[in-house]
Amino acid sequence: MSETKSILGSSPLRKEGRPKVLGAAQYIDDLTLPGMWHGATVRSTIARGTIRSITFAPHINWSEYAIVRASDIPGENAIVHLPKDHPCLAAREINHVAEPILLLAHPEKSALLAAKAAIHIDYDELPGIFNIEASEAAVAAFINDPNDTDNIIWPGSSEGGTPNCFKNYQMYTGEAAPTESALVEAFEAADFIVEGEYTTGAQEQLYIEPNGVIAECDLDPVTGHVRGVTVRGSMQCPYYLVHALTLVFNLPEEKCRVIQVETGGAFGGKEDFPSVIGSHAALLAMKSGHPVKIIYDRGEDMAATTKRHPSRTRLRTAVSRDGKLLGGTIDVAIDGGAYATLSPVVLSRATIHAPGPYKWPHLRVRSKAMATNIPPHGAFRGFGAPQSLFALERHMDKIAYTIGFTPEEFRRRNFLSTGDHTATGQPLVEPVDMHHLLTRALADSGYHAKRAAFAESNQHSRIKRGVGFAAFMHGTGFTGSGERRLNSLVHLDILADGRPQVLVSSTEFGQGTNTILCQVAAEALHLPYDDILIHEVDTAAVPNSGPTVASRTAMIVGKLVERAANEVLATLRTQAALPTPHTREQFIAAAQRHHAQQGFLRASVRYEPPAKIFWDDDLYRGDAYPGYAWAVYVAEVAVDLNTYQVQVTRFDALQEVGRVLHPILAKGQIEGGIAQGIGYALYEKCVYKDGHLMNNQMTNYIMPTSADLPDIHVTFEEVPSLHGPGGAKGIGELPMDGPAPAILNAIENATGIGFNSIPLLPEDVYERLTSLTARPHGGAEDLNPVVDQATRTESPEVNA
Amino acid sequence: MTTIKLTINNTPATLSVSPIKRLLDVLRDDLHLTGTKEGCGEGECGACAILMNGELVNSCLIPALQADNATLTTIEGLANATHLHPIQQCFLEQGGAQCGICTPGMILATHHLLAQYPNPTDAQIREGLAGNLCRCTGYMRIFESVRQAAAKSLLPNH
Amino acid sequence: MHSDPTQFALIAPATLSEALALLSNGRHTPIAGGTELMVALAAGRLQQKSLVSINHLPELRFIQTTPTAITLGANTTFTDIRRNPTIAAELPLLTLAASWTGSIANQNRATLGGNICNASPAADTPPALLVYDAAVTLISANPETRELVERTFPYAEFHLAYKRTLLHPGELLHSVTIPLPTPAHHHFIRKVGTRNAQAISKTALAAIATVGDHHTLTEVRLAAASLADRPVRLYTTEAALLNASLAAADITTTVLRARAALASESCPIDDIRSTAAYRTAVAANLLEQFLRTLPA
Repeated sequence: MSETKSILGSSPLRKEGRPKVLGAAQYIDDLTLPGMWHGATVRSTIARGTIRSITFAPHINWSEYAIVRASDIPGENAIVHLPKDHPCLAAREINHVAEPILLLAHPEKSALLAAKAAIHIDYDELPGIFNIEASEAAVAAFINDPNDTDNIIWPGSSEGGTPNCFKNYQMYTGEAAPTESALVEAFEAADFIVEGEYTTGAQEQLYIEPNGVIAECDLDPVTGHVRGVTVRGSMQCPYYLVHALTLVFNLPEEKCRVIQVETGGAFGGKEDFPSVIGSHAALLAMKSGHPVKIIYDRGEDMAATTKRHPSRTRLRTAVSRDGKLLGGTIDVAIDGGAYATLSPVVLSRATIHAPGPYKWPHLRVRSKAMATNIPPHGAFRGFGAPQSLFALERHMDKIAYTIGFTPEEFRRRNFLSTGDHTATGQPLVEPVDMHHLLTRALADSGYHAKRAAFAESNQHSRIKRGVGFAAFMHGTGFTGSGERRLNSLVHLDILADGRPQVLVSSTEFGQGTNTILCQVAAEALHLPYDDILIHEVDTAAVPNSGPTVASRTAMIVGKLVERAANEVLATLRTQAALPTPHTREQFIAAAQRHHAQQGFLRASVRYEPPAKIFWDDDLYRGDAYPGYAWAVYVAEVAVDLNTYQVQVTRFDALQEVGRVLHPILAKGQIEGGIAQGIGYALYEKCVYKDGHLMNNQMTNYIMPTSADLPDIHVTFEEVPSLHGPGGAKGIGELPMDGPAPAILNAIENATGIGFNSIPLLPEDVYERLTSLTARPHGGAEDLNPVVDQATRTESPEVNA
Repeated sequence: MTTIKLTINNTPATLSVSPIKRLLDVLRDDLHLTGTKEGCGEGECGACAILMNGELVNSCLIPALQADNATLTTIEGLANATHLHPIQQCFLEQGGAQCGICTPGMILATHHLLAQYPNPTDAQIREGLAGNLCRCTGYMRIFESVRQAAAKSLLPNH
Repeated sequence: MHSDPTQFALIAPATLSEALALLSNGRHTPIAGGTELMVALAAGRLQQKSLVSINHLPELRFIQTTPTAITLGANTTFTDIRRNPTIAAELPLLTLAASWTGSIANQNRATLGGNICNASPAADTPPALLVYDAAVTLISANPETRELVERTFPYAEFHLAYKRTLLHPGELLHSVTIPLPTPAHHHFIRKVGTRNAQAISKTALAAIATVGDHHTLTEVRLAAASLADRPVRLYTTEAALLNASLAAADITTTVLRARAALASESCPIDDIRSTAAYRTAVAANLLEQFLRTLPA
């Protein structure tokens, strides 16, 4: 074995990097199949109602077109999810703007424009429900009078959910009844009760490559029946699309083939949506008898596809004079949009992350996902955690100021440490040192010196500067029993020339999947990185290693690759006389020997849950995640009182993510996530009017440019985890969680005003400052009075 | 239809196209140069950026007729048969490309920037690339790629 | 792409006089750098089906300097403006305005003429041109005689209403002439957009002024973007400020009077990018910032 430096922890060139910098990488819109047609989608222009009639103007020769309606679907008219509430095409009822109704295909793309314009749809329109509060009000009216179903827009389902509510959870730090009693006592004993309400907006993933697919359909020439379908496209989770196709076409899994092509960004936005566009293109391929390409343009992609769930989180906390959390209740509500889709899973992550990295003696988290007449909200990096962690980390600052502690000291008195139990009762077996992370992050960022300097300089300047931080964690992999159910499988093949090839369904969409999995294999096999191949993600060839989501690829799939590599080594050692240690040449010789004597060598490895991990779905207690990444982020801001604009002037991000597999990719992941987090906090607003997204263009949906972002300083603490390859944990979503609360905490430090809603635009800062100068006020908490038990000035109870 | 002549990546071409057809579509559909990408179709994202007579332009906003007699460079025209262009090499080494969809436009914007400022300040880099949106990197690895490319280009004998 | 290119005509006449002759029937629309009309084409909202490209005409792309004025041809790009050292020295507000328009790629294509004739109330160069007392020269060809007709107006009279200008059908903006300010003039401009680059103005304020011996404003010209349905000179505010004192004892009164005057003539709108209240308040803050930076 050559004693070279470890491949893990080095930064080899991205596997598919060369074609990307050459412009040679082939994305879906760069591909053309022989005889290919182009597809388009006819969508609803109302948010809620029923289709009365559809008319096709006679000036178009409709025989040239393939036209698909709901009645043409050979299988079920549903996009695969537990409650089959989400139609592939609307047949009669409309539940959101831009809901697909008809599909068109034609050999000439430009011919679709006139055809779309020549289809007229009449509706019987109903008033829509456009936010959480309206949806709750409808439920209240319905409870009051069971005949009042006018605004019940989602009926409930046998798979769970109640009218207008897709899912709800209750999570306690112990048994429900005793915890409720303990909470009553905690609030009675508290020196301070601090309450707060925090809201977050929808956010567009804004991958630069819009959604797109090409579908082919294999038709029986005699019967015309569909024998199989193949869909290529830009996506994260090919097997999700396989399952969607099996339902829509009533075909077995092996007849539904999905191939991921180079994918131009995803961030969750191509997790479940490809099931929709992929099914649509396959239906058009069936109807036309030709391959059909559908590429959304930016406006359609933004108007019709998923966004991050808007949220409202209410916290009520009992705190002692010496800075201890005694108990709390957290109520999280998210806006799920018109259909259940992934909302129950997003809500789950929001619920479990709501308590943050703190010890709660007694805590109740209640959460719910409400239905609205907005296009379904879906996956976006962080997946519920950014919402509830924004609320928590703003609230921690609020408590600190209320009880007279610094944000730092108050958190230090409540941090979880090694050996403690999380709010779900999970013992923290692996080392956790939030104190050290906080100390280092504050030192690296110059936090204390800045706080002092800004307090001085702010007195004489229209530009108010401040620093703030957020402390948080993100669970790696699927929640609870999720990984057990996924039952992921990977293959590692040894090809005839002796080169290893990784086969997984884990996709590359910029994060570095190809590169890190090849690094893991190279490290375990003691081979050079360049020797490792990774197979194209084609479900006809690769096994289901689970979806590429939930920060699970490095830790969960990486570990499977590592185990497969070890199996290959063991086989070659016992069956092909591979020496220990070995050189590259010895490995190739042994592999070729094995191939000649015993044929093809494949190691197949399946997920095995760590023996000690247990999760109870009913009680919502147990080991929520196999591992957590921990972090402290520090934001520095400048608030210009002439323009009310907030500029992030520096950002420091320290995280403990286990072993860092590839420092350049890891930094790129963190920096990219922080950029999205800064956008989430200060720039990116989805403006809706009657359920229509009004700013579905890059000109009016404002994401940060290179001129808007501060220097981002990324550092890591490396504490190897038992669960990941070489000690790695997941990092993909973590950086989305911290920026928004850190920035708003910094704004409070700069201005003395606590803002609790994002996105926070200059207009919001202006409105708040004007309302403060118009009336007498008490500074930071003027609009959010707290209860001080000592003085007995109760604030009105916040409605749950 | 109208006939236009242009030089594309050092090769002359004569095309018969609708005069208002977007240059982006001419490149992708007629010349089969798919390295130039469409991200927004309104000149906002820079994924379709190319060099026209040496100047950076968004090809989605140029009617084909206005490219008549122009000299164009797309991402396909930077590398030679054996070597990446130094800017491409630096993007590859420094993590300047993640998903890769903004990369062609970003590399051409860098080319244009370094032609004007061979040793750019951070502010010049930020301004020079502000018309090229990247959703993956947060731009930091891209800035580093540009700095490295500038350093490489400043080396003697390059 | 929401338009079918085959449904549009576009021709590129060889000379300016040919272009004017073509345009003289009033049925063609000129297209220069395309950064506005091509967006409309892609969005499927380009109503004009017959276009005349003027982008390549050298007769319209020039920057001419005399001892008293600078004249810019309509085809002058934002990059041309930014790279011109005389403009940077004499008309710094124009250089700055050009530098924050769109992106570098768009600055390489977009023209001064297009920016003015597109007549957006949020456009970047109009506030600078207004405070510099620019004049616009319009040209056309008589439809019968083909004779060249030329008109020159103060730019302040060019914008009639939302997206309506003095231009007649068939008429082109030929050039913009800007008298050189004196060395005694103080220049100020600030744009407040949706972000630091690639942004459309929520509001912008340009100002130039001279300060006399007794700390009084002896001359002041102010203009703004996005405070009305068109780019506007702020005449009421100017009148309130003329001869006002900047002395330490008076500055607060002067600022208050200026802010009140500005509020009285500001009539912005709520739209997708901002609110009317914010626009007015920020413009007033920018005005105050300008006044407080003048030498007292």
